Parts: sequence; C-alpha cells; structure tokens
Amino acid sequence: MTESIVVQDVSKRFTMQYTRTIKEMSIAALRRQPLKDTFLAVNDVSFTAHQGESIGLMGLNGSGKSTLLKLISGVMKPDTGKVLTRGRIAGLIAAGAGFHHQLTGRENVFLNAAILGMSEAETKRKFDQIVDFADVGKFLDTPVGHYSSGMSARLGFAVAAFAESDIFLADEVLAVGDRPFKKKCMARMQEIKAEGRTLFYVSHSPGSVRKMCDRALVLEKGVLAFDGPVAEGIRFLKYDTDNEDDETIADDEIGADI
Amino acid sequence: MTTQVADPGRVPDAPLVAPGDNGGLHNVFRQRYLLRLLVRKELQARYQGSVLGLLWSYVLPLVRFLAYFLVIGFIFNMTRGMTNFAIHIFTGLVMVHYFTETFSSGTRSIVKNKGLVRKMSLPREMFPVAAMLVSAYHTIPQLVILVVGVALTGWSPEPLDFAAGLLGFSIIAVFGMGLALIFSAANVFFKDFQNIVQTFTIFVTWSVPMIYPYDRIADLFEGTWVEQAYLANPIANGVILFQQLFWVPTVGPDAEYPAVMPDHLFTRGLIVLAACLVLLAVAQWIFTRLEGKFAERL
Repeated sequence: MTESIVVQDVSKRFTMQYTRTIKEMSIAALRRQPLKDTFLAVNDVSFTAHQGESIGLMGLNGSGKSTLLKLISGVMKPDTGKVLTRGRIAGLIAAGAGFHHQLTGRENVFLNAAILGMSEAETKRKFDQIVDFADVGKFLDTPVGHYSSGMSARLGFAVAAFAESDIFLADEVLAVGDRPFKKKCMARMQEIKAEGRTLFYVSHSPGSVRKMCDRALVLEKGVLAFDGPVAEGIRFLKYDTDNEDDETIADDEIGADI
Repeated sequence: MTTQVADPGRVPDAPLVAPGDNGGLHNVFRQRYLLRLLVRKELQARYQGSVLGLLWSYVLPLVRFLAYFLVIGFIFNMTRGMTNFAIHIFTGLVMVHYFTETFSSGTRSIVKNKGLVRKMSLPREMFPVAAMLVSAYHTIPQLVILVVGVALTGWSPEPLDFAAGLLGFSIIAVFGMGLALIFSAANVFFKDFQNIVQTFTIFVTWSVPMIYPYDRIADLFEGTWVEQAYLANPIANGVILFQQLFWVPTVGPDAEYPAVMPDHLFTRGLIVLAACLVLLAVAQWIFTRLEGKFAERL
C-alpha cells in the first residue's frame, strides 16, 4: 500500500488578536484586558492515509476539521509536526472554492483549474463536463459575486471534481447544496473513490459518511479522539443515538437514500 | 475495517512532499499559464465599472506631466535653463509611475486576493509578480508616446544608450518587485503598510532628477556625501539611465544647455542592480517566513 497522506504529530495554534489599533491596545492595557489569546485548533494529530482510502472526518463545529484540511491542502503550514502528501490535491475547503468575485463563472473555472494544475487544453476539454455538472445555466458569464452561495459552491465543487488529482478533499460540500445537487455530488464522489483516489470527506451527516467512507476520524477540540471503522466512529460521536432529533434523521436520510 | 487496496495504475508517480511547498519566484515563472490568467484578470479588474477604463492609466501620468511641465517649467522658469525639459520630465515620469504602480498595487495584491489565498494552494508570490507585470504592461503606451515625442525632437541614440535604458528599467523592476514582496506580506498583518507606501510614493517624485535636472544636484553637492547618497537611490539610477536613452540623445553636444549626467553611469548602475537583486533575495526570504500565516490572518 502506498502512503498518500502522512500527518505526524501536527499541531496548529491560532492567535486571536483582540486589539488592532494603538488606541485599542492602550485601552486594553489600561484595563488589564488581554491583548491577544491563542488556542490550539489542531492538537498533536497523527494518522496515515493510504492511496485509495476514503476517510470521513467528523466532529462538532469548531473541532478543527477545516484547519486540518487546510494543513493537508497546503494552504496552511503546521506549527509543529509534519504533513506529507503524494500527488496532486484538489477539493473544496469550508464549503467554497477560492473564487474571484469580480470574475465571471467561466473565468473563474479557468483560473481555478489552472491553480489546480490543469493546462488550458485540459480545462477546455473538461469545460462542458464542469459546466454541465455545476448547472449554473445562464449565470456562467455573470460575475461570481452575484451567485447564490449554493451556485458558487456547485461551480467550485464541479471544477475540483473534474480536475486531475490523486487526493480529493471535500469539506461540507453538502452543507449548501440542494437535494438534487447533493445526490449528484455523492454520485460523483463515489466515482472519484472508485477511480482509486484518496478521498477526505468532512460531513455532519452520518448516513453519507457510512455510504462513502471506509474509515472515520473524529476530532474533538483539535484532538484526534477516534480513528477506526465508520460505524464505531458514528457511535463514538453519539450521532446515532439522537434519534428524537428531527434534523439528525433528515441528515441521515440524505445519506441513506442515495 | 475494510481498507481498499489502491489500484496500482492509480498510484501517483510522485514522492511524499509537504503540500503547498510550491512557493518561490522561480515557481511563479514555471507556472506561466496561471500567471497569464492572473495578469489578464488584474488588467480587467483594475478599472472594472469605469467608463474610461484603461484610459485612466494615462490620465493620471498625463495630468501629473502637465502640472509639472506648466508649474516647474514656466512658473519656476525651468524651460529656460534646459533643453527639451518636457522630455526630461516625461522620461522620468514613465519610470517613476512604473515604480509607484508596482510598489503600491503589489503591496495590496495579497490582501486583495484573499479569496484565493485563503483557500487555494498556489505560489503566493504570483500576486505581487502579476501586479508588477500589469504595471509594466501599462507603461507600454507611455513608452510609445515617449518614442514619438523624442523622434519629433531629433533623437539619435547610440547602441550603448539602449543598454543604459534597459539597465535602468531592470533596476526599477527588480527594486519595485523586492519592495512589493516585503510590503505585500507585511500588509497582511497590518494594513498600515499600504498607507506607508502611499506616503513613500509622494517622496519618490522629489528624490529623482525629473522635475529638476541632475545639474542642480551636481551644482549644490558635487563631491560630497549628499551626492553619493542621492546617487545610491535605485529609482534615481533608473531614471538617470532611462534619460541617457531618451533625453540625452535629443539634447546633443552643441546644445545651449548640454545634458549633465553623473559619471560612471554603467558601473554605478550595475552595482545598484546587483544590490537590488540582493534585496530581492532578502525579500523572498522574508516573504517565505511570513507566508505560512497568510491564510489565518486574512
């Protein structure tokens, strides 16, 4: 088995600066308030993912999932420890792609694809597929700034999903899409998985993680609290016991009925 | 736990590396297609929603040129003591404008592209480099106007003058790029830096022989450390070398007021260019150190 992602003793500390100006700083100092505070977003996390594995990353809001994904994608660097990856990485972070709001959807597709390492010819070849999938219709030549959040997430997912990659990161893609699009996303991710890419899937929906992944990681306040089979992971999070909660059921169904 | 075994055909033929470790100016120029897209985007975005559009990048230098030419030339009577004062000003202005545009738009470039910086992994040096190239693109029409102007006044440059012009342009480009790299990174942490840059660019106009001839500096400070300090300024060197190409050949040796230039033009120019390259290397080092925190501070 080939290692695809190696995360070794990785920690990431964030600094929250309460005061930005000299005036605020002096006032805070006089009142003996703290000028800044730090917290560990990712705390000594280690795991190894092999090529072709699909991993569900779960945890409550603010548990460090997106930060971990940013460390894997290379957008952020760990403070300590090391992250190593093999091959090209594509995906969505925090439910949206890096888009330029002044540029049209079409221009953003080319720009995004270029950042993901696609050549002009490659992008042109896949352009129709991407646009078909995103289904933004006549808005393709409208600046992305005017898109609804769902539309821009769809376009972002489409570019990432059709880019050539060895590792695919999907961060809460289903959080903003409507039901038909969620189905399409799940189907596309199944294809990506079947192609043997390493899949890293962040979701709050246990049903979809169960469908999609063969291993679960659970983050709790930045600490890797669980690493193992999906069913146990879901039990660990107690996502399956809250059955009186309507939302959980709805979430679960979304995953289950696909 | 059922771990899927990877299809051997799918295993990437690549080593395990730290992701996002793709920074550095050399990587920017390896991804030329992406750079081209960013430059094109920047060209479109700069004047989006304005009726005059790209024309604005000529209005500003033109207004500045007219102001200097009328006030300094006629009210301060500089046209009397100089040959082709208008060309002297415009040559300097092209270089000064190129520098200030590179510096100020480069400084803002990372913050302006935070949508991309926060979510995508690409060499972040792309943005200041694109800002520098866009500024260079905008000087092209100004150069055309300049060439037409000097051609009308009788321009007969020597081959060596072209080397001087190229050297001057390179100094400005490398110096502007180095400063833009440092300030674009610093601006992520404190927005004060883009205001510092604005203040600095006002100073630039007065620190180069543009609205006054080098003559005046030589008269006042010849042989003193002030003259050496003045000539240590990369922008002044860029302007002087550029004037060697465009202004000096229009003056000619028999002119009533011959062109006065500092000595050792090329030696000094090459030394300054070398110093600017060192600055660029230092800038790259600083940028790389600060870059790790861009995504969380934007």
